[in-house]
Formats: sequence, structure tokens, C-alpha cells
Amino acid sequence: MKLALLVNEGPYQHQAADSALQFVKAAVAKGHEIFRVFFYHDGVNNGTRFAVPPQDDRNITVEWSKLAEEHKIDLVVCIAAAQRRGILDENEAKRQGKSGDNIAPGFRISGLGQLIEAGIQAERLVVFGD
Amino acid sequence: MAEPWEEEEGPVKKFMFVNRKAPYGTIYALESLEVVLISAAFDQDVSLVFMDDGVYQIKKGQDSKGIGMKNFSPTYRALEGYDIEKLFVEKESMESRGLTAEDMIVPVEILSKDELTSLMEEQDVILTF
Repeated sequence: MKLALLVNEGPYQHQAADSALQFVKAAVAKGHEIFRVFFYHDGVNNGTRFAVPPQDDRNITVEWSKLAEEHKIDLVVCIAAAQRRGILDENEAKRQGKSGDNIAPGFRISGLGQLIEAGIQAERLVVFGD
Repeated sequence: MAEPWEEEEGPVKKFMFVNRKAPYGTIYALESLEVVLISAAFDQDVSLVFMDDGVYQIKKGQDSKGIGMKNFSPTYRALEGYDIEKLFVEKESMESRGLTAEDMIVPVEILSKDELTSLMEEQDVILTF
């Protein structure tokens, strides 16, 4: 089945990101296709490579990046939500006159249209959040 | 006979946006409205539901000056211009908060929890904020 995910909460504060990660791993293991994972609200904080969780804790962003690399999963961070919360890629940093970018490998920044498109293209859109 | 531009139309799905949180206090309501506005550009079958504290999002007479936030409730009135006209309020949520349909800044249809359940069954995509 072709699946898409929406992650609405940031990592560590809320379990939504962990559940979404586990869902993607389980779905891929069963042979399902993940069309896209879209990060919205504080969910965009899953996409910063500047987070440094304690060494004995899981690193959620690194896990996302690994999944993206191993299974070619499209990880999309909402541009409007990202700008509010300081998540920038190289282009956005340049455009906004900021000194650096912090987007993690495997993530890309794009518009909300990518979420609606995921809803149209996927057979199921699964929402992770409250 | 279908015109050429009609044949090029993509699939139309039933999208339902379920708004459950108060307009201020968290950003969910504001950012949900941003998704709804974008969805209008995709020519989908869009409906909005207001339930739980989400019914406060479309309450008349909001004044958010004192908390330093923009009152974005007038934007709900603009939805009609984007052909988003299916707005539903859950009866139980509205009544338990002492509100009536006349308290809303936009025309809405009031549905009971059971009616809403049936409507949800018909949807292809349900986004909850």
C-alpha cells in the first residue's frame, strides 16, 4: 500500500515522532511504499541536525536521515512552519540573511502543497500528533 | 462532452480538516487554517469540522489584542471565496460551551456526534489539528 505520514510534534517533547519512525520501519519491513513523510507544526524540529540528545538516548533526527538514505524516503519540512521555528536549508539561510543552515541530511524544505499532494497520491495519510 | 481542460483534471478526494483546539494558546488553529487555504488550490472536496475547544476558533467577537496575537478569525469568512463552504460544528461541543450557531462568524451546519461519525466515514483524508 502507498502510505504518507504527517508528523505534527517535535522530537523528545512528544512521542509522535518516535511512533512515526516505528511506523515507517514496520511499513517498509512489510513491503509498503512510503510516498512521503511531511513535518508540520513543531514536527519541523525533527529536521534539525543541530540537536544533540544525550548519548544514552535515541537520536531521532539521525534515525530519520538513515531511513531516508536506506529506503529513499521523501522527508519534507513545511517551509512556513520551519521559518517560524528556525529550521533553514542553505538556500533559505542565504535568502533570509542568516549565518548558517541546520537542515539534517535527507530532509528537504518545501510548501504545504506537498502535504495536500501526499493526501491525494497516497492510499492512506496517517497523522501523528495529539 | 468533456472539454480538454476538464479531462486533465486530477483525482478529487474528500479532505476533512478537524479542528479541536482553542484559537489561541497553541498554534494548531492558525497553522491548520494555513493548510486549509493551500488545499483550496488543489480543487479537492474540502470540509472543515470544529469540535471540542475548536468551536471557539469561529466564535464571533474575538479580541486578541491583550495577548499580543493577531486575531485571525476574519480569515474564516474568506474561505467562501476559495469555494470552501462545508463547515460543520459538533453539536455536543458547541452546547456544552454554551454556544449556538448564532455565535459563529460564518454560516455552519450543526451535526451531532453520530452524524459527524457518518460524515467521517465518507472521507478519504482526515487531518486533525
